[in-house]
Amino acid sequence: MSPSSEPALEAAEEVDREDVEIDGLLEAVYRYYGFDFRQYARPSLRRRLWRRAHLEKVTTMSGLQERLLHDRACMEHLLLDLSINVTAMFRDPTFFLAFRRTVVPLLRTYPFIRIWNAGCSTGEETHSLAIVLAEEGLLDRTRIYATDINESVLVRAKEGVFPLEQMRAYTENYLAAGGTRAFSEYYTAGYEGARFDRSLTDGVVFSRHNLASDGSFNEFHAIICRNVMIYFDTKLQDRVHDLFHESLVRFGLLCLGQKESITFTSHADDYKVVDAADRIFRKVR
Amino acid sequence: MSPHRLDLVVVGCSWGGLAAAGALLEALPGDFDAPIVIVQHRSEARSVLTELLGRHTTRSVAEPDDKAELRRGHVYVAPPGYHLLLDRTGFSLATEGPVHHSRPSVDVLFESAADAFGERMAAVVLTGANDDGATGLRRVAAAGGLALVQDPASAERATMPAAALAAVPTALVADIPGLAQILVAAAVRSEAR
Repeated sequence: MSPSSEPALEAAEEVDREDVEIDGLLEAVYRYYGFDFRQYARPSLRRRLWRRAHLEKVTTMSGLQERLLHDRACMEHLLLDLSINVTAMFRDPTFFLAFRRTVVPLLRTYPFIRIWNAGCSTGEETHSLAIVLAEEGLLDRTRIYATDINESVLVRAKEGVFPLEQMRAYTENYLAAGGTRAFSEYYTAGYEGARFDRSLTDGVVFSRHNLASDGSFNEFHAIICRNVMIYFDTKLQDRVHDLFHESLVRFGLLCLGQKESITFTSHADDYKVVDAADRIFRKVR
Repeated sequence: MSPHRLDLVVVGCSWGGLAAAGALLEALPGDFDAPIVIVQHRSEARSVLTELLGRHTTRSVAEPDDKAELRRGHVYVAPPGYHLLLDRTGFSLATEGPVHHSRPSVDVLFESAADAFGERMAAVVLTGANDDGATGLRRVAAAGGLALVQDPASAERATMPAAALAAVPTALVADIPGLAQILVAAAVRSEAR
């Protein structure tokens, strides 16, 4: 027998094993399925991966990687975990009020209006925008492009059926957002939920678009992308800001979530602040 | 005792939390400069929490934007309607569903902070009427962080600190002035190393 020696298998300092595992998992998902989550913000990504791991009854990220690669259903569940964001109609009513008061008058100057609602998820925000535009008499000359990475949320967005038990909260939001009618005029209460008036989404094109990899597909007068980029790391945020900058007409409007900033991006100087609190910016160069 | 720098203090509170967090800020001396991040359960309306807490301290108190840097000497408050998470460089926000019926949730902040800061942090669970924070405090303790709990007997609502204590029996327990002393001592020890 050879003399016993101390095993030399110490982990390198400052290297987090779970980080290594997550890097491997994301790389595997990208190479095998083509979905690129490598530049998603790590803290919330880690949370969602662990939630999936618990549901799949695996105890490590490596275990989850094996499951993802060998079980397509597991990957589909993860896709939903990573792309469904809990949203609401007229979320942040002050934003929709500001949109009505400051964005609508600017949009009115165009004969035909193109709006990109990027990361539309299950469609609550798209319907809210359509309602404001309808009340302002602009909906019939507006085309909204509502995009999301995930096909199945787009199906739901297109259906425009939202839970009845939310209608009270949505009505309050709608009124706080400067709504001018009875909110209940916009939907029919049915067995499956509140079905919103089809005419709201007649001019909406729902389609798949991946902000992490797809390019510009039109020129827009306004881009609304709220609380989507918070899930991206700063590098990917920069990429998306490049994409938005390229996709906006001169003096086009960029609407972000209430805690999203452009001061941390490479386009900070390309926009003028229109509404600081509600994060509405105008492209000036 | 503690060989590590104190680079972060996270605080979770619910019912009665405004007064308790305010008292904690007041009890910390001006030269205590570890960044302090507070989750107070709150409704989704735009609120005056930062202003109210600002009356208890000379530090700047603000709701951080997504990807804002974490800076020493600053106090941060989770904005209503978002989960607040940390990585090694700064903040990330998330709008996924409520945890323990709350968004922001204390567990979400604590767990992300534990992953990023481990032994270089302290976590404090204050008054509250639910058990948010217990799971997060366990993660902080497991990662080597300092776990502190307000003495349930001194809390306006005992449920939250009691749940945290049940989850982490080794947590240090004190009233608010005592918690401040422990934090100061931890910061001094880390400076002296």
